[in-house]
Amino acid sequence: MDYTDYYKLTCSEIQKLYRENKASPEQVVDSYLKRIEAVDGKLNAFVKLNRESIDKQLKDLKEKKEKPLYGIPVVIKDNICVRDEETTCASAILKGFKPPYDAAVIERLREAGAILLGKANMDEFAFGSSCETSCYGPTKNPWDLDRIPGGSSGGSAAAVSADEACLGLGSDTGGSIRQPAALCGVVGLKPTYGRVSRYGLIAFASSLDQIGPITKDVRDAALLLNVIGGHDPRDSTSVNAPKPDYTKSLINDIKGLKVAVPKEYFVGGIDKEVSLYIGEAIKTLGSLGAKIGEVSLPHTDYAVSAYYIIAPAEASSNLARFDGVQYGLRSKAAKDSLLEMYNRTRAEGFGSEAKRRVILGTYVLSSGYYDAYYLKALKVRTKIKEDLEAVFKEYDCIVTPTSPTPAFKIGEKKEDPLSMYLSDIFTIPVNLAGIPAISVPCGFTKNGLPVGLQILGKPFDEETLFKAAYAYEQNTEWHKRRPSL
Amino acid sequence: MVSKDNNNKKSEIDVGYVAKLARLALTADEIKRLGKQLNDILGYIGKLNNVDTAKVQPTSHVLPLKNVERTDKVVPSLRIEETLKNAPLKENSFFKVPKVIE
Amino acid sequence: MNYETVIGLEVHVHLKTASKMFCGCSTKFGSPPNTQVCPICLGFPGVLPVINNKAFSLGIKTALALNCRIAEFTKFDRKHYFYPDLPKNFQISQYDKPFSHDGFLDIETAEAVKKIRLKRIHLEEDAGKLVHKEEDDYSLVDYNRAGIPLLEIVTEPDIGSPSEAYEFLVKLKNILEYLEVSNCNMEEGSLRCDANISVRPIGQSELGTKIELKNMNSFKAVRQGLEYEAERQTAVLKEGKKIEFQETRLWDSEQLVTYTMRSKEEAHDYRYFPEPDLPPVVPNAALIEEIRKTLPEMPKQRRERFIRDYALSGYDAQILTKEKKLADFFEACLKIFNKPKIVANWLMSDIAAALGSKGMSIGEVSFKPQDLAEILGMIESGAISGKMAKELLKESIDTGKRPAEIAKVKGLSQISDKSAISAALEKVLSMNQKAVSDYKTGKGTALTFLVGQVMKETKGKANPALVNELLKKRMGGA
Repeated sequence: MDYTDYYKLTCSEIQKLYRENKASPEQVVDSYLKRIEAVDGKLNAFVKLNRESIDKQLKDLKEKKEKPLYGIPVVIKDNICVRDEETTCASAILKGFKPPYDAAVIERLREAGAILLGKANMDEFAFGSSCETSCYGPTKNPWDLDRIPGGSSGGSAAAVSADEACLGLGSDTGGSIRQPAALCGVVGLKPTYGRVSRYGLIAFASSLDQIGPITKDVRDAALLLNVIGGHDPRDSTSVNAPKPDYTKSLINDIKGLKVAVPKEYFVGGIDKEVSLYIGEAIKTLGSLGAKIGEVSLPHTDYAVSAYYIIAPAEASSNLARFDGVQYGLRSKAAKDSLLEMYNRTRAEGFGSEAKRRVILGTYVLSSGYYDAYYLKALKVRTKIKEDLEAVFKEYDCIVTPTSPTPAFKIGEKKEDPLSMYLSDIFTIPVNLAGIPAISVPCGFTKNGLPVGLQILGKPFDEETLFKAAYAYEQNTEWHKRRPSL
Repeated sequence: MVSKDNNNKKSEIDVGYVAKLARLALTADEIKRLGKQLNDILGYIGKLNNVDTAKVQPTSHVLPLKNVERTDKVVPSLRIEETLKNAPLKENSFFKVPKVIE
Repeated sequence: MNYETVIGLEVHVHLKTASKMFCGCSTKFGSPPNTQVCPICLGFPGVLPVINNKAFSLGIKTALALNCRIAEFTKFDRKHYFYPDLPKNFQISQYDKPFSHDGFLDIETAEAVKKIRLKRIHLEEDAGKLVHKEEDDYSLVDYNRAGIPLLEIVTEPDIGSPSEAYEFLVKLKNILEYLEVSNCNMEEGSLRCDANISVRPIGQSELGTKIELKNMNSFKAVRQGLEYEAERQTAVLKEGKKIEFQETRLWDSEQLVTYTMRSKEEAHDYRYFPEPDLPPVVPNAALIEEIRKTLPEMPKQRRERFIRDYALSGYDAQILTKEKKLADFFEACLKIFNKPKIVANWLMSDIAAALGSKGMSIGEVSFKPQDLAEILGMIESGAISGKMAKELLKESIDTGKRPAEIAKVKGLSQISDKSAISAALEKVLSMNQKAVSDYKTGKGTALTFLVGQVMKETKGKANPALVNELLKKRMGGA
């Protein structure tokens, strides 16, 4: 293989070349940089390339040969802080902000020898399912440039799908890793809440957010979670539990695995082709020896409602700090008045979806409405969690579509926030319950758009997800398809 | 003030008032558009009232964690250059803001 | 018609931790602006708070000493308002589940002991500090104070007068100092007090319109501000008018008036909700008991013990226990020089005066209990006179030098050697024959005169008791 083609490889394939001394990190990185140069103009997946720091990272790599991600190029969602590199959440309000610290996951990536290529586009502050709300303009779906890549980690998913990065980091609050992974035909994992440190992840909804891998195959996802997972005393919600070696779960054997199919996920609104491929995928799992059973998750229909109270409420609080005092934008129109400084800075700095969520979140927490909205949503959250716990008493995992539809057209839902919100209908319950879930490619529509299969697991049982996803992947070819650009 | 939800009538969000609380200068157009969109969303969200939650405990933390604390140890602070390097306006070693009137 | 004043206090106290409430920055006072800050206490995006366990245990210690109940379940909440001293534009505080509640503190009024109920005590983080100069059109922000652990102590409206409020604060400060949980320094802002005050006709059950009073920088200012407000509100009511609306007023300690806060305060809508970044706290019963065991003797118990064990008067015991360090000094001194009444007298008179002239307290000077014991020992052995002791004491407190050293350098020692005195004595006798004969004819004042002359002759160094004795002997009795 010519070194200019290295960008096509998975992480484990590149590692094999390194082990055999057939490739150098310089060659691999160079191949990726050339690929980015060739295709990112069409995709807009990157908001920033770490041009200056890449050379230094390569130089510092010398002693890290034995490290788990030695010389592997990674793209980072722009809401994860990288020391001294602009980190903006794709928002005008954070333009120019250079954090004086690395996120915990970035520290771990550096320590593991990974190369940080740059920052990926996203929906502003991760508010969205289409990557259209970015202040840098929308990212395009590599399978169809007229379509959205999904969101909010659309940049990371598009970049990995289009071979612009070997591995991607995303964050998932209501589906923001899994849905774009599904829509771009790659693997996306939302770990259990508390598995990966949130330190340095610019918060959207703190009780729901989790960082996770976006990769070309299941093995790469396991390799990446091996590095970023684990306890961090700086995040009080990160759990001090043993972290297994996830690659040990990559065995092509799911005989006897108990797989639940919730009937509520297969009614109304779901695209026919999506439905077809999910049905096929379930059959495949059954043919591999898994025991399939239908279950009910009766509160599924309320998940979106609960989520669109809890998430904006927390977001309105987390975004209060963006006021033009210590960092980021300060409106020029606000010289003399403190109130104007706040009002103008935030009006100029936030895009329309951010404003919508800040208003909604502020409203549901405001005096007289807390009980009716916020408290009610927290109680429904309990019901949704209990539904899932009941199923997991009898089953090892649950399979569902990741997204009810394949990628939609850019602009299609931009002025219809409610229908946009409903596109997260299958991914949201996972975040409300804090459980892990993975999306793997399971088909392509006749228009050539990827479809994703979502597998949900018990808290801290990512191993079962890897096992099921790996077995499925080993017995299908979907993950091998790449978009032609 | 915001209108109260009476007799199960759909509550109308007073975007202007909420925007003041949230420190967002919105144009009249934005207030109108957001008002409509948010009322649609709140209308949809209203279906939560169909769930009987009388005996349900709220979930604010999804994990059963408690008493996560650190020991009282001083660690080095940021260097002043790092503290101030992102500041839109500063003076000497202070952040600078429009005058605060008490 | 007669009116009564109803007062409730909100006291904020910095806890004496080394690091801040949710990050590792130092809490040291007086460092250059913005040098004790980090991404966490600056509210930078992405970083997360972690609870300081010492702040929690100091909080529990205080709550136990103030007879509060410790909650079985407590959590932190976010309280939202936009202000430049608040880095995240929300404060991590405690809303509906404070870690302690329902305590009390007894104060002594002129008539009786009065119980002031404490509604709650909760933990929160402090805000930064704004600096503004009259002539400038901007303000400057220093976040060194942001994130320092703060205890908020809220009373029920049980306080009936400004002087009761003053008494409460003195008592509370006394206890906090005994507990060693806070420096309680109002000038440094480690103790702050806001008040709610209303006035109503005596006999009326519902409360009058509440005014929140802020900006009082000393206990005296609290009393003055409340006195002013009580009078102002009573005057309004006496005119048949009403206090129209709740407002916040600020105390002007120069003009001695209160005035309406200029910045328009909108209706408080703090949008509290549980802090998602911090799991709840379930105080461990064993830990609470352990803390209870470490509670030091409280001022009241100590005062009673002083009366009982050292036979001190109630007044003396009160003075000596007002400051923990003074009481500690007293008891440390007794370990070496065990005469409680004498030690107490010196502490309350000469030492108090010497400290007062320096504007310092006993803990701030290098004068140690063993120094006082040494001086008192020297008096008792006759090595120095009482007058010399006073001189020695003052100098020791002023210069920080050890008393024995000063005495040596200045030649401050009493002549108790008979032969050394006899020369002076003979000289005085030969020069004052008339006095000698007066003495012999029974004139008592003659002896006093002669003693004085001998003292003068020895430049005050002779032991007066010894001179007296020797003179009598020499003149052959009266």
